[in-house]
Amino acid sequence: MLTEEQILRYSRHIILKDVGGKGQQKLLDGRVLIIGAGGLGAPIALYMAAAGVGTIGIADADVVDVTNLQRQVIHFTPDVGKPKVESAAEKMRAINPDVTVNTYQEWVSAANIAQMIADYDFVIDGTDNFAAKFLINDACILGNKPYSHGGILQFDGQTITVWPRESACYRCIFPEPPPKDAIPTCSQAGVIGVLPGVLGTIQATEAIKFLLGKGELLTNRLLTYNALRMRFREVPLKRSAKCPVCGDQPTVTELRDELDAMTVCDLEH
Amino acid sequence: MQLTVNGKPESIESKDSLNITALLEELKVKDALYVTVELNGEILERENFDNTTVKNGDSLEFLYFMGGGR
Repeated sequence: MLTEEQILRYSRHIILKDVGGKGQQKLLDGRVLIIGAGGLGAPIALYMAAAGVGTIGIADADVVDVTNLQRQVIHFTPDVGKPKVESAAEKMRAINPDVTVNTYQEWVSAANIAQMIADYDFVIDGTDNFAAKFLINDACILGNKPYSHGGILQFDGQTITVWPRESACYRCIFPEPPPKDAIPTCSQAGVIGVLPGVLGTIQATEAIKFLLGKGELLTNRLLTYNALRMRFREVPLKRSAKCPVCGDQPTVTELRDELDAMTVCDLEH
Repeated sequence: MQLTVNGKPESIESKDSLNITALLEELKVKDALYVTVELNGEILERENFDNTTVKNGDSLEFLYFMGGGR
């Protein structure tokens, strides 16, 4: 039952036919895990908290750095040096004391991810390296957990929602991670500050639709975005029978850390 | 030969049939070693790049790794 204060706080949701009091209750009962409290994670965490998603997990081992502030809008200048999950949790609780924020100040790994995602209804990938992106995909497929993938670089971004064994997964598109240092990530290539805001907000929208059970999820289509040309495109995809993790004869049957896909930059973090 | 590449029309001057490897070269695709290629809605396996040819009217999508997020 919503309290009077909640009816007021969420009134703009509640008047929506597709949300209503029932939908808002679903959000309050919802559990979403955000992996990465950086560029993508920042808008995702802010909107999850504001929307009243009742339990939000946020995982990141890093501390706030001054170079993060150009895009990671959940962290403020006085937060430099503070663990990102703490900095993020403070803002989320300040936006909405209704929500429970669980912080995990650790990197996801083959050893901890399965247990971490098990407590949640939906997972959002806001990480910045291929080792984590492939691990999250594999853990969500093997753990049967719907999730949103997001990736950004310079002025481009891409996102897809994965419904395990029903829709195309990340490995259906990219069977194996690229070799170490083959593709620029993080600090080398640069990223326009608003880009993770656009992509992260789309990922947050997917989590909310998933919890509400409304609309069409971004499954079986990769949404790509280019900020310079201001273009969105959708590439239709389907599950691959040859996918190493969700195909007919999977070769990835247990979680492993893709150490080869880690970059020097990841290890520094 | 007229192709559609990532939604844009692309004219290729080619006498003979062109395989995917040659097409990637022709179009000067960056990081061609790591690009995923979808031909008319089907993702191609990398080992088939050499023996898959494109024909007039084909539609291709080149999908690139994007590893950022923070």
